[in-house]
Amino acid sequence: MSLVAHDEVNQAGSILSGPAVLRDFPDWFREQQREAWKQFESLPSPTRKDQLWRFSNVDLLDLSPFKFGGAQSDDVRDAILEQSRGLDEVAARLIFAGDQLIERDVISEQLKKRGVIFQPLERAMVEHVDLFRKHFMSQPAVLGSAKFAALHKALVSSGTFLYVPRGVEIELPIEIFHWLHDENASVFPHLLLVTDELAKVTVVEHFRSLDRHGEKEQPAGFACGVNDLIAGPGAKITYVCAQTWGENVRALQMNTTTVDHDASAMSLNLHLGAKYSRFESLSRLIGEGGRSDLLAVSVADGTQEFDARTLQDHVSPHTASDLLYKNALDDRARCTFGGLIRVEPHAHFTDAYQKVRNLLLSDDSEANSMPGLEILADNVRCTHGATSGQVDEEELFYLRSRGIPVPVAQRLIVTGFLNEVIQRLDQPAIAAHLHRLIENKFAQFRNGNSKGKARTNLLPDY
Amino acid sequence: MKTLTIENLRVTIADQEIVRGLSLAVPRGEVHAIMGPNGSGKSTLAKVLAGHPDYQVTAGSVTMDGENLLELEPDERARKGIFLAFQYPSEVPGVTIANFLRAAVQSRLPEGEELEATDYYAKLYEKMELLGMDRAFTSRAVNEGFSGGEKKRTEILQLAMLEPKYAILDETDSGLDIDALKTVAHGVNSLRGPDIGILLITHYQRILNYIVPDDVHVMVQGRIVRSGGKELALELEERGYDWAREAAGEMALTR
Repeated sequence: MSLVAHDEVNQAGSILSGPAVLRDFPDWFREQQREAWKQFESLPSPTRKDQLWRFSNVDLLDLSPFKFGGAQSDDVRDAILEQSRGLDEVAARLIFAGDQLIERDVISEQLKKRGVIFQPLERAMVEHVDLFRKHFMSQPAVLGSAKFAALHKALVSSGTFLYVPRGVEIELPIEIFHWLHDENASVFPHLLLVTDELAKVTVVEHFRSLDRHGEKEQPAGFACGVNDLIAGPGAKITYVCAQTWGENVRALQMNTTTVDHDASAMSLNLHLGAKYSRFESLSRLIGEGGRSDLLAVSVADGTQEFDARTLQDHVSPHTASDLLYKNALDDRARCTFGGLIRVEPHAHFTDAYQKVRNLLLSDDSEANSMPGLEILADNVRCTHGATSGQVDEEELFYLRSRGIPVPVAQRLIVTGFLNEVIQRLDQPAIAAHLHRLIENKFAQFRNGNSKGKARTNLLPDY
Repeated sequence: MKTLTIENLRVTIADQEIVRGLSLAVPRGEVHAIMGPNGSGKSTLAKVLAGHPDYQVTAGSVTMDGENLLELEPDERARKGIFLAFQYPSEVPGVTIANFLRAAVQSRLPEGEELEATDYYAKLYEKMELLGMDRAFTSRAVNEGFSGGEKKRTEILQLAMLEPKYAILDETDSGLDIDALKTVAHGVNSLRGPDIGILLITHYQRILNYIVPDDVHVMVQGRIVRSGGKELALELEERGYDWAREAAGEMALTR
């Protein structure tokens, strides 16, 4: 474990003033950022009339209040490090606060010798230029957020670069934290994961806001992240996102997963925090025998809004994808899902599934689902479906008849509902962590909401 | 005396009267069987005792050791000592038996007191052994994909873990083959004792060969039409429910 020196760049300007000039990046990268900025400025802001933004509350994406993150005081930094608790056992760890790397636990010497690269982005772009340039944001954002992808590209200042060479299997997960801590601060989290043939790795990313005890109003913030996951031939990658941003954060996350032949990628995105959180996920199955599992779980309450857009793009024959998204919605929360399975010409013998389930816990919550299929090949097996329903009354009565009070019974039912998704990870330590985060969310007190008053010690362990 | 007492109970669902002036007393330490044909209101009675929200009590009273049961919520009743083994228990997807029962046991502890996990599991395993259940069963989701026998066994496991004052077993014998029936009966018999009153609801006499009741009541058209000792079950088996229906007819006439 080593502390990383404070970054001297301390910007407090609006993010709408464009890319920083003080950063010590290579010229080609700066040029790329200037180009991206131009693109950001020229692209129109999304409106609800765009199909890819249908049902989205685009008004929440006013970026004018948001500033670049600055260096944090020692107290804040200590608090962040104190609160950076995730998994018990990890292979390596990076902690970013306001896009600055504040701590790292490096990978073992053994893995390093075998060629594993685990570095901050700004080092990788210097030390591994070819690999970096080949893969860095190489796919266009096609799910609506081209403008925000350009913004990210223009303003990204750090992040994670992870390369796992041929045949190397990293048993323990690699863990990354991203923190927001200042009022109106913004972050541009980035993960570039490249795996070579037959490599195996699990990455867990935590997105969090510093808990300011005693403060009523949680600070506003903006997160605009990109993660690109590249599974080489026969590789196996697992990616888990645990998003627990503070309640006044607006967040966008854009993912591209590329799966080569006989490779498999599994991603699970847990969304609990933020005022508005949009998640775009593109899975590209570019080699025969490739498989992508797209999993997501969200628990939304208050006036939270979760907005998911996905594309399962089957480019090669004999590929499989399986999407399972489950949302539990309370109060006046809203969830939107727009997803497409596309089977391109020649992608015969595709197996593609898409299933969205919404559990509505209140009369005022709202779920909109727009599943879709576009099949341009023969001999494919595709199913899709989206359903919304309420807690089954008989099921609730059954739990109550055992003495379990209503709020606990509801939580158990919701947890069970979500558990089907989390179990698919088949990683008990990570599953236990995700369950803890979900339980924490249930235990949170909200004004005017009785569910927070329930006893929390009734909850089981997972 | 510690008794579950039902007096002149009337119950409707969707404006239809199902239980029509039923009276019954089950003291602790005793096993009472209710037998009756389909549609006699047996399951309705069971659900009303547990507090199912769909049913409306229009008259009468139910007291448990003197306390009015009808004004309590279903979960309060359960915590105070009522247990219903369901005829058709619900599935609870994604919630394991271990976690489900743990929440139920925990709900009976005073606020702020944590369940001792080691003791809990020791007790759970002991009861499972009694019912011939494999330990791996605890990590299965409650009733999800269970066979009929597994569901009934799980109900009795819950009964054993929660140690109620009064247990209502609603057709626990239905859908069981003879081996499963024996196992379930063995489980129930091992729980019999001075601290628990059991109301055993059944359509068939068969289970009463294995769980021998102190009293037998015959229920027809929402009422108890005959009560007697365990030999009444055999008589009913021999004469059939028509005989009981006639008795109900006589009762209606003499009113």
